[in-house]
Amino acid sequence: MIYEELRHFADSYGLLFLALIFLSFIGWTFRPGSRQKHEEAANMIFEEDQDDG
Amino acid sequence: MDTLLLRVGGWLAIVFFAFIAMVLAADTGFAVHMAIIAMAAGITLWVTINKADYAAIGRGILKAPADPGIYDDDPIRWGVIATIFWGIAGMAVGLIIALQLAFPVLNLNNEYTTFGRLRPLHTSAVVFAFGGNALIATSYYVVQRTCRARLAFPGLARFVFWGYQLFIVLAATGYLMGITQSKEYAEPEWYVDLWLTIVWLCYAAVFIGTVVRRSEPHIYVANWFYLSFILTIAMLHVVNGLSMPVSLLGSKSYAAFAGVQDALTQWWYGHNAVGFFLTAGFLAMMYYFVPKQAERPVYSYRLSIIHFWSLIFLYIWAGPHHLHYTALPDWAQTLGMVFSIVLWMPSWGGMINGLMTLNGAWDKIRTDPIIRMMVLALAFYGMSTFEGPMMSIKAVNSLSHYTDWTVGHVHSGALGWNGMITFACLYYLVPRLWGKERLYSLRMVNWHFWLATLGIVLYAASMWVAGIMQGLMWREYGDDGYLVYAFSEVVSAMLPMYLIRAAGGLLYLAGAFVLVYNVWMTIAGKQREEKPMTETPHNEDLDKPIVGKPAIAPAE
Repeated sequence: MIYEELRHFADSYGLLFLALIFLSFIGWTFRPGSRQKHEEAANMIFEEDQDDG
Repeated sequence: MDTLLLRVGGWLAIVFFAFIAMVLAADTGFAVHMAIIAMAAGITLWVTINKADYAAIGRGILKAPADPGIYDDDPIRWGVIATIFWGIAGMAVGLIIALQLAFPVLNLNNEYTTFGRLRPLHTSAVVFAFGGNALIATSYYVVQRTCRARLAFPGLARFVFWGYQLFIVLAATGYLMGITQSKEYAEPEWYVDLWLTIVWLCYAAVFIGTVVRRSEPHIYVANWFYLSFILTIAMLHVVNGLSMPVSLLGSKSYAAFAGVQDALTQWWYGHNAVGFFLTAGFLAMMYYFVPKQAERPVYSYRLSIIHFWSLIFLYIWAGPHHLHYTALPDWAQTLGMVFSIVLWMPSWGGMINGLMTLNGAWDKIRTDPIIRMMVLALAFYGMSTFEGPMMSIKAVNSLSHYTDWTVGHVHSGALGWNGMITFACLYYLVPRLWGKERLYSLRMVNWHFWLATLGIVLYAASMWVAGIMQGLMWREYGDDGYLVYAFSEVVSAMLPMYLIRAAGGLLYLAGAFVLVYNVWMTIAGKQREEKPMTETPHNEDLDKPIVGKPAIAPAE
């Protein structure tokens, strides 16, 4: 019985939950102003005072 | 002095208990392993006693804390050397077993050198020893540079390095003595698994501790990949390793799962070892070292985040494709197949992101052999993540499964993607870690590139032919309803392909030896006199003004 219950939870609410958090993580990268933040993050490894060349 | 005494006492106790366990061991393999542990603890004890600064202790001076203004690079330097050492060892064993398949006499009629025992030695040495050391070393390097903070828990960081080497030695010697729990890529027995769990949790502590101490507000995307690799491997290792030892003084244990549940747990582990060890971890290397070497930021940071979350959400479901047409329920097989195919998208997104980082600097492929290696690695990442989903389709899998096509697929990923990106990172790291102006020779990097590329081409092409031939011969029915070919006929038909594969492996290993020489000479502080990789043409004779010939005639 426990197997059946878990299985039905997994293919209904579990699936919905994972799909929603996945979509919200992806959606978050498209929020307004993210372009500027991404630009800074991508260039962070090139900052002048890095001492590793 | 008290702490020193406590530490020495602790190591002595380990020597003592390991010795007792050796004497009381239920089997020879376990006794040998306990002797190795006693020796390792003994060496640590000796080093602890000898390296202690007694004069300082006597005068009551506390050890000065390490300068937080410089990065902690010692364990990274050891890691680079360990990566190269285990790489050569693992690839050499790979060449030996490739030759054993072509010439069975090379099994030497001796239990310790049979294919069955050397094969896990090869896979674990290249994946966990070569790849694992590369991941630990580069993660220590990248996390410090991107967090702009010194490594957290320096003592623990060193313990992780040496503890991991002990794990490798225990695993490797165990395989040769026939100690195995018979789970692919998870062969070490229960006590070695427990040791790895301890080391791995310490590794997680060092990495997370450094991220917590960061001075940069943003956590660079490479660290996301490293962290997912560390956490997921911990989870996979613990769950798949669950087992009950027969005796606390013996090496044999029985898995907590049985039958198809055991098979599914194993391939949930096995495929995610590919997904999180060989993919996420190495993508972390890609997302730091490719932009650094190309001197331009990653093509799209947003795409890198989408790449990350898609891999995390999808990879974990793909394992059942290893169990097509088995006792695993049909819906689970189809689930594994569907997720494997969907994985194609984020994989290619990541490949495009890496390759397009070179947008506007494509000339570097011609002038910079390290970039050339990185581009080849990304190209193979793309090729093997296309081939993998294709092979996971049930109809294709019915032909490819259990054949050498799988072996070829794995090696196009391992040699092409993991190997080449690791070599490129080593070439990037060595001059920086040892404070040298440049590598001994850039041209030798180029030789390494071509030896390795040719090796991979021979390997992958011969295994495609061998695999498809094998699959077709196995399923060939005659008009009488009987199989046309005996198994032995299939084996003998593959001999030419096995020879070509061994030649490919030899070339790849030769390339690795070029790396050893180059790194050795770089660390020794030498620089090879050589022509630069590129020269802009300059003609001294034409570089002057024209005299006596006015270009424009005066108006009439």
